[in-house]
Amino acid sequence: MPDVSDVSDVALAETEGQARIDAADSVEALRAVEAEVVGRRSRLASLQQGLAGLPPDERRSRGRQLNEARARLQASLDLRRVEMGKSERRARLESERLDLTEVLPRPGPGHLHLVTQTQAELEDVFVGMGFTVAEGPEAETDWHNFEALNIPPGHPARSMWDTFYLRLGPPGSTLLRAHTSPVQIRVMQSQPPPIFIVAPGRAYRRDTPDARHLPVFHQIEGLVVDRGVSFADLSGTIEAFTTAYFGPAIHSRLRPSYFPFTEPSAEYEINCTICRGAGCRTCSGTGWVELGGAGMVDPNVFAAVGIDDEEWSGFAFGFGIDRCAQMRHGIADMRVLLDNDIRFLSQF
Amino acid sequence: MRVPLSWLRDFAPIEVGPDDLGATLDDLGLVVESIERVGEGLDGVVVARVLAIDPIPSADLIRRVTVDAGDGRSVEVVCGAFNFAVGDLVPLATVGTSLPEGPTVTRRRMKGVESNGMLCSGKELGLSEDSAGILVLGPSAGDERTGVEPGAPLTDALGIEPDVVFGLEVEGNRPDALSMVGVARDVAARLGLPFSIPDPRPTEGKVPTAHLARAAVEAADLCPRLHVRVLVDVEGGASPPWMTRRLVLAGMRPINSIVDASNYVMLELGQPTHPYDLDRLGGHGLLVRRARPGETIVTLDGEERQPTPDDCLICDADGTPVGIAGIMGGATSEISATTSRVLLEVAHFAPMAIAGTSARLGLRTEASVRFERGAVTAAGSLDVRGELAPPPVIRLRTDRVNAILGTDLDDATVRRQLTPLGFETSVESPGVHQVRVPTFRPDSTREVDLIEEVARLNGYSKIPRTVPAPPGVGRLTPYQRDRRRVRQVLTGAGANEAWTASLLSPGDHAAAGLTGPEVEVENPLASEESVLRRTLLPGLLRSLAYNASHRYPDLRLFEVGHVFGWPRPGEQLPDETEHVGVALAWPEDDARSAVDVWRALAAAVRLEPLSIEPDSRPGLHPTRSARLVVPATGAELGGLGEVDPDVLDAFGLGGRGGRVGWIEVDLGLLLAAPRRPLEAQPVSRFPSSDVDLAFVVDDATPAGAVEETLARAGGDLLVRLTLFDVYRGEGVAPGRRSLAFRLRFCALDHTLTDEEVGEARRRCIEAVESSHPAALRGG
Repeated sequence: MPDVSDVSDVALAETEGQARIDAADSVEALRAVEAEVVGRRSRLASLQQGLAGLPPDERRSRGRQLNEARARLQASLDLRRVEMGKSERRARLESERLDLTEVLPRPGPGHLHLVTQTQAELEDVFVGMGFTVAEGPEAETDWHNFEALNIPPGHPARSMWDTFYLRLGPPGSTLLRAHTSPVQIRVMQSQPPPIFIVAPGRAYRRDTPDARHLPVFHQIEGLVVDRGVSFADLSGTIEAFTTAYFGPAIHSRLRPSYFPFTEPSAEYEINCTICRGAGCRTCSGTGWVELGGAGMVDPNVFAAVGIDDEEWSGFAFGFGIDRCAQMRHGIADMRVLLDNDIRFLSQF
Repeated sequence: MRVPLSWLRDFAPIEVGPDDLGATLDDLGLVVESIERVGEGLDGVVVARVLAIDPIPSADLIRRVTVDAGDGRSVEVVCGAFNFAVGDLVPLATVGTSLPEGPTVTRRRMKGVESNGMLCSGKELGLSEDSAGILVLGPSAGDERTGVEPGAPLTDALGIEPDVVFGLEVEGNRPDALSMVGVARDVAARLGLPFSIPDPRPTEGKVPTAHLARAAVEAADLCPRLHVRVLVDVEGGASPPWMTRRLVLAGMRPINSIVDASNYVMLELGQPTHPYDLDRLGGHGLLVRRARPGETIVTLDGEERQPTPDDCLICDADGTPVGIAGIMGGATSEISATTSRVLLEVAHFAPMAIAGTSARLGLRTEASVRFERGAVTAAGSLDVRGELAPPPVIRLRTDRVNAILGTDLDDATVRRQLTPLGFETSVESPGVHQVRVPTFRPDSTREVDLIEEVARLNGYSKIPRTVPAPPGVGRLTPYQRDRRRVRQVLTGAGANEAWTASLLSPGDHAAAGLTGPEVEVENPLASEESVLRRTLLPGLLRSLAYNASHRYPDLRLFEVGHVFGWPRPGEQLPDETEHVGVALAWPEDDARSAVDVWRALAAAVRLEPLSIEPDSRPGLHPTRSARLVVPATGAELGGLGEVDPDVLDAFGLGGRGGRVGWIEVDLGLLLAAPRRPLEAQPVSRFPSSDVDLAFVVDDATPAGAVEETLARAGGDLLVRLTLFDVYRGEGVAPGRRSLAFRLRFCALDHTLTDEEVGEARRRCIEAVESSHPAALRGG
C-alpha cells in the first residue's frame, strides 16, 4: 500500500505512470493506461485516499503535490492521444491512396446536335430582341408554301424551289415545305398584327446532296408586321442580329434581289467569318459571304391573308441554320450533319 | 449572263475600273459571279502563214514548220500539233512573248532543230477552251473576206481588244437585264452617264413582206403579238470576227451569219428572234397554234418532243410544226449554207405559257428564259398580228416611298431615280407622281415595284438602319422550354442527339413492325427516300448501325423530330406530330435502361405518375415492351422497351450483339399530360418512419400494379415508396416472386405514433392482399 506521506511514493507513481503512457502503442492501449494511471483504481487514487489520515498542513502540501502530478500525467496522456490520433489517421489515409489517373472511363453525358445548339442560340438572340418563336408543319399545302406567298401555279419562280410533292390529295396539292415561309402565312392567318416572330425548322428541296446542299435542311425565318415598319427597320434588325450572333466584328449589308413574296427584296451578306472581311478562299476574295434573303412583305401576300397593306407593313428574312453552323465551325461538307457519326456529334 | 465590258460601252461611256464596276453591278442587284480579263498578253503574237511542214528524223510527235511571219520573213518553229496544212493562217508567238495561258516563249532546240517561236492553241492564247490543236485563223492564201495578212498583230486580225467579261446572275424578275442594253441602262443610270441605243434603219426591199410570206395566229392567248419580216439576198457563211468574238465572250457558239445575227440581237436587246429558211417553209409562211394531242416534233437538238395542247407551236403555213414557240426551233426549216431568203419571226409569247412548256418538256434555252420573264418586243416591224396591252401608268406617292423604305426622299429625288431607267414621270400633285412603265419592264406593275426601283437605284446602303420596337417581351412558349428540358435530360442520360432523314425506304415501316398506310413522295430523288416516316425507329437504328460499322457500337442516341401519319378524316395534310425517340445501346442496356431513362425524363417535366402497361408494341420485343398511359384519361403517349431482335437484324444491328433499349413518345401528348403542380409542397420537420413490406406475388401481376395499390392505401402519410428488391428462388414458389417495398411515413405536424404507423402498415398489407394474388412474405 503506497504511503502518501512518503514523497518518493508520489514521485515513483508519477514516473511509473509516465513510463506506461510512453509505452502505450495504440489509442485503445492508451485508454487502458489512462484508467491505470489516473483512474479510480490507480496508485494516485490510493495515495489520494491516504491524504485523509494526514495532519492538515501536510495534507495540504501533499495534496498539492498529488494534484500537480496527476495534472502532468493527464496532460501527457492528452498529448499522446492527439499524436496517436494524427498518426493513425495518417496511416489510414495512406492506406487509401488512389491514383486518379487510373480511373476507368465510364460513358458520360451525350451532346446536343450541332444544329440544335445553333438553332437554340439563334432563337435566344431573337427572343432577346423581342421575338417569339413560331412553328408549323413540315408537310404543307401548295397554297401555304407557294400560292399565298405570291407564287401561283406555273409561275417561273417556282423553279427557285425544287420541291418534293406528296402522293396525297389532288396532284400537286400537298408537298414537303421548300422553306419555312409557310409558317409566316399560318401566323398571319391566326393572329392579328403586331407580329414579331421567328420560325425555325426543317425544310426540303429536291437537291442532290453535296458539300453545301442537303435535301433536308434547317432554316430560320423572321417576320415583323406592324404599323410603320420599313426597310430601314429590316436593315437594322439584320445588322443587330448579325453582330449579336457572329460578334461585334461582323457586319451585314443588303443588295437588291428578287423573291416573289417580298418587294423590295434583298439578299444579305455578312463579313466573311473566316477572314473577317480581308478576303480569302471561302469568300472568293470579296470579304463577304451570302447568308440569306429578305425584303418587305409583298402586298399580294398581305392580300392572301387578309391584312390591309395600307395600314400595316412588314418585313421578312430567312437563312439557313445549317449554313450558320457551317460558317461558324468551318464545316467543309454539310453532309456530315446528317451522318450522325458519333465522332462528329461528340465534338460539340 | 456573260457581259463583255466592251459591249456595254456601245451604249454608255463607262470608264470605271472592272472592280468598281463589279461593285456597282452587285449593288444594283446584278450579282457578279465572276470577273474575267481576256485578250491581254497577246502583243507578241502575229498572224503567220504556213509555208512548209517537214518531218523531223527520229521524232513522231513533232514536226518542223516553216511560216511566213510577214514581210517575207520566214521563221522555223517546231510544233506538236497536226491540225493545219500548208497555206493556213495560224497565230505565231514570237520569242519573248508571255502567253496568257501558256509559257514564256524562248528559242530552243528540239531533236537538233531550232524553234524560233511557238504556234498557239486557242487555250494558250486565252481565247477559247480548245487546246486540242493550233487555232487556225483562215484557210488558203488570198482570203479576201478576212483580209488578214501575215505579220499582222493577232489582236488586229481577230478584232480583239483586251476586255473584261462579267458573269452576272440575273434575278427572275428582270427580263430587261438579260441584255447588254439593259445592263448598260442600269449602270448608266447609277453612274449618271449618258445612255443611248443605236437606231438602225433597215433597207426596205422592193417587194413588201406581205407579198412574200403569210402569217397567222390561232392561239392569240399564248402569242399576243407576232411580227414577221422577210430578208432577201442573204449571204450565209461565217460572221465577221468582231461578231464571233462577242458571241464567244458572251458564251454562245457562232454558227453562221444568219443565226449569229439573231443571237447577237437577242444578247444585245433581250428580244429573241427566230430565222427560218423561207423556201423550206411550207406555204411560205407561219401559223401559230396550240399543239394537237399526240403531235410530235423533232427540235434542233435532234430530240423528239411531245407537246400538249397547253403548248404553243410555230407551224408553217400548211400547219406542219416547225418549232416550239419561244423555246426551240425544229430541224426541218433550219437555216443552211444555201439559204438565201430568211423569214424572221419576232414575237411576244405569254410568259406563264412559256414557263409551263419549258418545265413540261424539261427544256430551257436562251430564248425561253427571256420569254418566260416577259421579253421586250421590238417596235416598228411589219405584219403585226395581235395587240399587247399598253404599258401601265402607276400612281406613286413620295410619302409611301418613304414609309416603305424608312427614308426621307423628296419628290425630285424620287423622280431622278426612275427617269434614267426609262420610266416616264410626271407630277400629278405635290407628292404624287404619274409613272409610265417602259415596255421592257413588265415586272413593274404596282406602286411597290416602283418603290423597289427607287431603292435600288438610290442604293440599299443609303437606307438608314433602325430597329423596330416589339410590342411585348420575347419568350419561348412553355412547350418550347420543356422541349429543351427534354433534350437536356436525355443528354444527361448519356444519349447523343441525332437528326435522321424524314424520308424512309418503302419497306422500312414493315421492317419496323408498322402496318397501315404511309404517305409517299410523288417525285423522290431515290426510292430509298420516298416514304414519310411514321416512327423514329428506322432512322435511329440506322445511325446506330452506321456508328457500329465505324467501330463505335456502344452508344445512346436520341432524336426529336416530326413523324407523319395518314391524314385524319376530313384533313388534307398528314397527321404530323413531334416525337422523341431514344435508342439505348450501351453494353448492358436493355428494357430496364429504357425504364430508367423514361423515369428521369418524366421526373424532369414533373409528370404525374403514368401507367406502364405491358403490351407488345410494333418493332419491340414482344415480352419486353410496354405502353405509357395517362391513368386519368387512358390516353397513350407512346411506348418503351427493347427493340425486337428481328428488327435489329433488319436494320443492320444483328452483328452488334447485345440488346437495344427503346423509348418513343409523342412529345405533344407528353407535355400536355397531367403534371405535378408548381406550388411548393411543405417539407415536414418531424421524424419519419420506414416500413419494409415484402409480398409474394404471382408473376402475371405487374409490380407497378402492387405499387399503385400501396400508394393509394398509404394515403397522405406515405411520403416515399420504393421497390428495393425482387427475389425469385428458394422459399418462393415457382411462378411467383417476392417484391420488397420500403414505405416511408411522415406527418407534417407531429411525430407519428407507433399506433399510427402500425395502422398505416395494416392498411397497406390489407389493400395489396385483397386487390392482388399476393401475400405478405413471412406474414
